[in-house]
Amino acid sequence: MSVIGARERRVEDRPLLIGAGVFVADLNRADQIHMRVVRSPLAFGRLLEIDIEDAAAQPGVVAIWTAADLGDLGPIDFRMTRIEGMEPYRQWCLARDYVRYVGDPVAVVFAETAQRAEDAAELVFCDIDEQDPHLDARAEPVAFAPDVSPELMSEPAVLQKAVGDVDAAFGQAAHEVAIEVRVGRHTGVPLETRGALAVPGEGGTVTMYGAAKVPHYNRGQIARMLGLPLDAVQLSEGHVGGGFGIRGELYPEDVLVCRAALAFGRPVKWIEDRREHLIAANHSRDQAYRLRAAVDPEGRVLGLDAQFFTDQGAYVRTHGATVSDLSAALLPGPYLIPAYRVRGHVRLTNKTPAGTYRAPGRYESTFARERLMDAIAARLGLDRAEVRQRNLVPESQMPFRRGLDALGTDVVYDSGRFHDLLERLCAHVSWDDLQERLAGRRKAGERVGVGLGYFVEKSGLGPDDLVRISVLPENGIRIVTGAASIGQGIETAMAQICADTLGTGLNGIDVVHGQTALIEKGMGAFATRATVMTGSATKMAADALIERALDVAATLLQAERASLSYADGTVHHAASERTLTLSEIAAAWDGGLGAEATFVSDHMTYPYGIHLAQVRVDPATCGVEIERFVVAYDIGRAVNPTLVEGQIVGAAAQGIGGALYEEFVYDEAGQPLAASFADYLMPTAQEVPAIETIVREDAPSPINPLGVKGAGEAGINAVGAAIASAVDDALERPGLVRQLPVTPQRLHAWLQE
Amino acid sequence: MSDRHDITLRVNGATHHVNVEPRYSLADTLRDACGLTGTHLGCEHGVCGACTVLIDGRATRSCLVFAVQVEGSEIETVEGLAEPDGTLHPLQQAFWEHHGLQCGFCTPGFLMLALGALRENPDMDDEELRDLIASNLCRCTGYQNILTAVRAAADMMRAKAQPAPNP
Ligand code: FES
Ligand code: FES
Repeated sequence: MSVIGARERRVEDRPLLIGAGVFVADLNRADQIHMRVVRSPLAFGRLLEIDIEDAAAQPGVVAIWTAADLGDLGPIDFRMTRIEGMEPYRQWCLARDYVRYVGDPVAVVFAETAQRAEDAAELVFCDIDEQDPHLDARAEPVAFAPDVSPELMSEPAVLQKAVGDVDAAFGQAAHEVAIEVRVGRHTGVPLETRGALAVPGEGGTVTMYGAAKVPHYNRGQIARMLGLPLDAVQLSEGHVGGGFGIRGELYPEDVLVCRAALAFGRPVKWIEDRREHLIAANHSRDQAYRLRAAVDPEGRVLGLDAQFFTDQGAYVRTHGATVSDLSAALLPGPYLIPAYRVRGHVRLTNKTPAGTYRAPGRYESTFARERLMDAIAARLGLDRAEVRQRNLVPESQMPFRRGLDALGTDVVYDSGRFHDLLERLCAHVSWDDLQERLAGRRKAGERVGVGLGYFVEKSGLGPDDLVRISVLPENGIRIVTGAASIGQGIETAMAQICADTLGTGLNGIDVVHGQTALIEKGMGAFATRATVMTGSATKMAADALIERALDVAATLLQAERASLSYADGTVHHAASERTLTLSEIAAAWDGGLGAEATFVSDHMTYPYGIHLAQVRVDPATCGVEIERFVVAYDIGRAVNPTLVEGQIVGAAAQGIGGALYEEFVYDEAGQPLAASFADYLMPTAQEVPAIETIVREDAPSPINPLGVKGAGEAGINAVGAAIASAVDDALERPGLVRQLPVTPQRLHAWLQE
Repeated sequence: MSDRHDITLRVNGATHHVNVEPRYSLADTLRDACGLTGTHLGCEHGVCGACTVLIDGRATRSCLVFAVQVEGSEIETVEGLAEPDGTLHPLQQAFWEHHGLQCGFCTPGFLMLALGALRENPDMDDEELRDLIASNLCRCTGYQNILTAVRAAADMMRAKAQPAPNP
């Protein structure tokens, strides 16, 4: 019986359907107090004084903290992609000396109720000497904190990667094609805002509820920052209302609630409102690319010279240079491009700090690269699918070593049938006929077009994952992992992998995740790693459990181990016709029945796919309507196709948001103009068409025992690229779209050129 | 500030005596005073619909209503949707069958939105359904499976309903 590959209904749904989910805002503890953050109203300025007198006199106020009350509490450190010299750009828990963006936390108010805390927070007055904000990451760097450290400029790092001889490639080129493109500032925006509840325990310990994504890592950081032993801090994950890269990173508020719970000896609750979320939680994207390609007479790219700027916002947060690193490493995508050189500038501005958002560095770099492929096609008069076909890495070169590193691992495409997938997609939509049909409609006056974007994803970031499986004597199996659930269905996926290996049903398999008190290590859920890493560890632990069951049964049955066999949850002794189920073994054996395994991987796995968009532009409003959207994706192996499709469709909707609607706009004073859902426009059911998915299992990963490659980011990667290409096509103006989102205003302006 | 009121709310057929400030929204009151945390808050400014409940049968954003405004009204929340024995409502069942939720944060709002609308018009066509579902935001699913689920539930509910006595 194969449970892997089955369209099982999710095991985690019932509480969520009946209103019994436990999200962090749903938790309350007796005697709790509430925290409210006072945020900078200005984008940049010297913080002169904070007047808390009136606020402190309000009824119900317990305490108010500013940076002066935090002693030697350090800044929030990098979790990933640390680069020498970036340390001074980290964010303090409460601003010191300068405020650097609208939303920068300057004080926290603690009060008996959330309403009292909010009332008092409005009375905290910040005296700020306002200075001109720096808002363009492409402009020359300026001083980060002019009076305090005048030598520190707003360019914390420049990443450089290179492979092959780029200058020689340009020397041989028949054509040189150059473009400049930008991706706007947008981000994950989960429907649940952030929040935390810190509860003090015996002997100076604290437990924080509301953890997500990387509970083990954050636990270590909170303990380190507060000067506590590791086991004095526990993090606990409940239901999480969407992650998308931004939730669960360590933010100032997490550290502050824990510190306050310890200081006051009372539970401290903090729930963010939506305005705060939109100006305080990580932004993302916001990159500008300059690409120059050396192209041979057939349209093959011989060399690529690239420069890009990442607008990292006010500080460098936990992700360090992750987005820029991934952008630089994966910009060449599915194409051979033998010579490549890139300079990625990590720049700071006076906007909300940025981090990763689903397909970080790939949504952006795919947009840039695919715009370039379209430009090459236009220059040489080639079909857009054809120019891609000519440049794809052939199957014969797999595994394909790019000669670059990403996140400290060598970029090696582990497997892939890139040409085959493009052929399948073209056949699925009848590419030539489709183009002809659309040309016909254009002749009749409609503005319709189709576009493509090809991408390579990455998933399964190591280094390792530990899984423990135990069999409960009263029937049932418990899987404990250090992974995290952000709503992606990890419980179901892990249960399926376990059931598949053990030959049992899904019923009775309980998956525990995100609890630092129950397992000593865990990497959490990010970078589409859970199915690959935790899934592989689950498979290995289940295999180990079978071996252990056979060992124990041999003793219990006093039989030769070799005479025993295992199938479907039961050990058989053929000679005596005796059997023992897993739970019988667990009940009979002192110490019970369990096993654990660690899956180690120092390489990522690289799934790949293609997006196709067909759009209609309304010439009167310059609105873009998506008539059809197709995602072709090779996942290696799908644990649950329904969940895979769900991930793809959901991600595609987010990609559509970033391509057409969502943008954090600032005025010239650095005031955010999109700080509510009325201004930050996320797609609704009206804007998202039915997404067609073609999920293939043609190139399983050779580097993990399941062959899986992960689904989380496939649906979003090339949405911007495909829509841009389709809009160009609809308007018969190749290269027209050079910035996302393609808002009506922007499109109207381009059409006037 | 200490201006507080004792009010009585009818929620899912039960009576709740609560003491509120006039500025407390119905959503906050349901969550904090009545302990019904199935109603979620995604924006508190009337856009996302996560807080949707039924007030006298009509789907309403409970973040935009003050608790003191709805004394005497019948309020329905997601907690009242399943049968007392735990049997899921056809809408809940359909969301489960069709993978209509991922993180589940938006789910109570969509369930109540659809419930109110289908009671008013059990025969919605697909376009009407899309229009309806576009009232609320979901950040995870891309809506496709929500539409499929509501369609399936609508069909199931209509099939279950007794044929109307008067044509
Ligand atoms: S919370 Fe009420 S509409 Fe968003
Ligand atoms: S399922 Fe997460 S917001 Fe809808």
